[in-house]
Amino acid sequence: MALIQEADYGTPRRISETLVTLEIDGKPVTVPAGTSVMRAAAEVGVNVPKLCASDNMEPFGSCRLCLVEVEGRRGTPASCTTPVDQGMKVRTQSPKLAKLRLGVMELYASDHPREMLHGSGNGQTEFQEMAAAVGLREVRYGYAGKNHLHSEKDESNPYFTFDPAMCIVCSRCVRACEEVQGTFALTIDGRGFASVVSAGDKPFIESECVSCGACVQACPTNSLVEKRYVAKEAPDRSVVTTCAYCGVGCSFKAELTNDEVVRMMPYKAGKANHGHSCVKGRFAWGYATHKDRITKPMIRAKFTDPWREVSWEEAIAHAASEFKRIQAKYGRDSIGGITSSRCTNEETYLVQKMIRAAFGNNNTDTCARVCHSPTGYGLKTTLGTSAGTQDFDSVEAADVIMIIGANPTDAHPVFASQMKRRLREGAHLIILDPRRIDLVKSPHVEADYHLPLLPGTNVAIINALAHVVVSEGLVNEEFVKERCDLVAFEQWRKFIAEERNSPEAMEHAIGVPAADLRGAARLYATGGNGAIYYGLGVTEHSQGSTMVMGMANLAMATGNMGRKGVGISPLRGQNNVQGSCDMGSFPHEFPGYRHVSDTAVREQFEKAWHVTLQSEPGLRIPNMIDAAVDGTFKGIYIQGEDIVQSDPNTQHISSGLAAMECVVVQDLFLNETASYAHVFLPGASFLEKDGTFTNAERRISRVRKAIEPMAGLADWEATVALSNALGYPMHYNHPSEIMDEIARLTPTFAGVSFDKIDELGSIQWPCNDKAPEGTPVMHIGGFVRGKGLFMITEFVPTDERTTGKFPLILTTGRILSQYNVGAQTRRTDNNVWHDMDVLEIHPSDAENRGIKEGDLVSLASRAGDITLPARISERMQPGVVYTTFHHAMTGANVVTTEFSDWATNCPEYKVTAVQVQLARHMSEWQEHYLETRKQTTRIEKESTAND
Amino acid sequence: MEAENMVHMANQIANFFASYPKEEAVAGVADHLQKFWEPRMRKQITEYVAHGGGGLHELAIEAVKRLH
Repeated sequence: MALIQEADYGTPRRISETLVTLEIDGKPVTVPAGTSVMRAAAEVGVNVPKLCASDNMEPFGSCRLCLVEVEGRRGTPASCTTPVDQGMKVRTQSPKLAKLRLGVMELYASDHPREMLHGSGNGQTEFQEMAAAVGLREVRYGYAGKNHLHSEKDESNPYFTFDPAMCIVCSRCVRACEEVQGTFALTIDGRGFASVVSAGDKPFIESECVSCGACVQACPTNSLVEKRYVAKEAPDRSVVTTCAYCGVGCSFKAELTNDEVVRMMPYKAGKANHGHSCVKGRFAWGYATHKDRITKPMIRAKFTDPWREVSWEEAIAHAASEFKRIQAKYGRDSIGGITSSRCTNEETYLVQKMIRAAFGNNNTDTCARVCHSPTGYGLKTTLGTSAGTQDFDSVEAADVIMIIGANPTDAHPVFASQMKRRLREGAHLIILDPRRIDLVKSPHVEADYHLPLLPGTNVAIINALAHVVVSEGLVNEEFVKERCDLVAFEQWRKFIAEERNSPEAMEHAIGVPAADLRGAARLYATGGNGAIYYGLGVTEHSQGSTMVMGMANLAMATGNMGRKGVGISPLRGQNNVQGSCDMGSFPHEFPGYRHVSDTAVREQFEKAWHVTLQSEPGLRIPNMIDAAVDGTFKGIYIQGEDIVQSDPNTQHISSGLAAMECVVVQDLFLNETASYAHVFLPGASFLEKDGTFTNAERRISRVRKAIEPMAGLADWEATVALSNALGYPMHYNHPSEIMDEIARLTPTFAGVSFDKIDELGSIQWPCNDKAPEGTPVMHIGGFVRGKGLFMITEFVPTDERTTGKFPLILTTGRILSQYNVGAQTRRTDNNVWHDMDVLEIHPSDAENRGIKEGDLVSLASRAGDITLPARISERMQPGVVYTTFHHAMTGANVVTTEFSDWATNCPEYKVTAVQVQLARHMSEWQEHYLETRKQTTRIEKESTAND
Repeated sequence: MEAENMVHMANQIANFFASYPKEEAVAGVADHLQKFWEPRMRKQITEYVAHGGGGLHELAIEAVKRLH
């Protein structure tokens, strides 16, 4: 694929039912009313020169380069700010216009470095293109006049430089920060010639800048430029692919020079991100070639032995032999596997297929177990399908946005930018979160209601909101009557109307005044299109599944389902966590969420896979660990998952793995789980393979190979090899053939193929005969299950209670710059922002314990204890502390417990009773970790530790 | 699995279905165990109930008796 240069139409697309026809340089063009002359011209291939305009931001009209002549009008208006009129005749080229443009460009060039006009280093800037377009070769005025040449560069950001000498003050960066990203970190300081782009009169690294890259992308002069990019030769080809970080699933152009990736540029045609990005996807991809990558298979007899590098053949043969030995000795069900939400759909499908067909059991699970498994259970029960109801663009039609237990600006930043745009347009905002997340109040965004509920009271609050809807006559009776199971509804209505569910009865338990609960409920029910977005603050509770059903109840009762602007949307964590669930990773379901006990479905798979399949559910991850501790589960294949760092109660997980006889880990790095492994299979990064990811809006997008696998095999090829060695033959020439098999066996994917994705760009499932181009919004006209099912959602307080010994509640989460267990982002410059996990604690809780900012503190629960630095923060409410789990050395999950969601065993990460005290040294676990980690990562050949 | 943990998990399931009429609740718990608990876990809880089922919610006990 050649280098892709996407068209820039200069100003945003306008939507109008009224069409306007005009002529541009004699060419007729018809566009929606409100379209700019510049955009209309671009539509017919006439590119008016421009510097301050870009089609991802509103027109500004400052550069004076895009001047045109309009028949019958005086002067030379800027085409970017001039809307089209019926019958308008526009001329974009004339001697007068040419002279004006040349003069403008010459003045711009005159007080900037000479190389800005003539170029140096990597490729041609937009400024140079415009200079060429208007015919500017030399500046008559020389360069001796007043200028900005000696302005100091700001190199504080690890990824980009700001050189004021190159800045023409076109304000594109400022507007990109405001309109595209929504952070408002940049401004223009000073006036006239002294005007300068400023990040708030401080270096970028100390400013509010979130390093999304929108300003760098917008800059026409390389005044803001990516450091890594300018250090390389200009790229010669692009590969359009999908980011491997969060569940937004942004499309990127991987740009390569001589088969080396030199830049990741957000792809404008990407339907999930529309050309935007965040610091992780845009800049933090250096992990893919980090020196810590393991590129040779390794084996060892005991996990305390050093690793020994071997060939792929030997590693695969050893793993297969061990699995067969274990099954012969301990039984068919003594082994299992974990699929990866970071791997492709095709790879995930193959792993669960290998487990079901080659292992001969259903002991397959995936990391959704510890994040969104309650989403699958709750939404399938109430609506009929285990996925969110909307596409991201739906938020553009939302009037009331309710965010529950999610922190989009940190965890799903690109969608957060889209959401903030809608909020700036006037949509109302309700936030249910124990913490004061950024969206509660940020530039030009302020929540109408922030309901800072106590951790563990989600179901109480959703019931209280629903009580208001029912008791104040706010139920959309017509919707319920037409769309929902009325027997279940009446049962629910009676339950929810009980006084014990009222805001007044529950306010003490929830910790939020009843008046605020009533106000928020009324706003959601009556404010127009109400849309719920939620995250792990909903699911990672003992009543996670109940809460998901409670939200579905509320949305159905108010009629907020089945159209654009409404619905329930889980903000899913990992890039392919939706896909890994769709692909049958759970132990009770085949691909497409069909239970293994369904004889007809099972027979379909048996026929296709030529094998007898089991009809009983297999073990979930925590069940596998429990069974390992019990001695009945002895071997596991883990692809792209680090359960030692990510799963709760680390010491229990470690004990389970240590009790197994064969642990096979396939990963990019020697992760924490690999410390207990006997076979290591080197993984391939997203840049090294073909396949698909499915994002949080059910959008299936292509992952395209940009470079060859560093270890020689893509992950799917390693699974095929292992399956073959186990005696269950698999053969695929390309991942597209795996998707073809998925489509044959999965009704919701029936119409999906690589060719079709290539044709449409991406596809949202269901995609079949009824919806050949996919389904952006689900449940239009009827629910997948038929009638929407209201479920009774009794509030049951968690058994994890605070006590005199453990008086605080710990809740854990993520931040913007790091990603989950940090295996990727810790190996990038993102560590500049977060090089260690810290404990956020409210000032009063800190003061009571004599804790000051930065003090080392002990965090202890009934499961274990760790130490980490304290950060005093009023984002927290008294009695609640918060930390992240991005750094292995911290061991945040040493503290979390085995309690979990009743329906799915999703861990209760959000509620752990803890005590916090000043500490002087590392915890015993941390000391032990340092010691054992060094031992378990030795590689015999090199005799050096790896991490 | 530790018996205490197993009892806790089963009781959580029972607590969810306890809001429904008893017959519906017992069927709900039994269906959940059948669909989501791996056979060795069902075997363990069946044996636990056979030995008295101490600490188990009554709905869980009745549901376990219906497992096959």
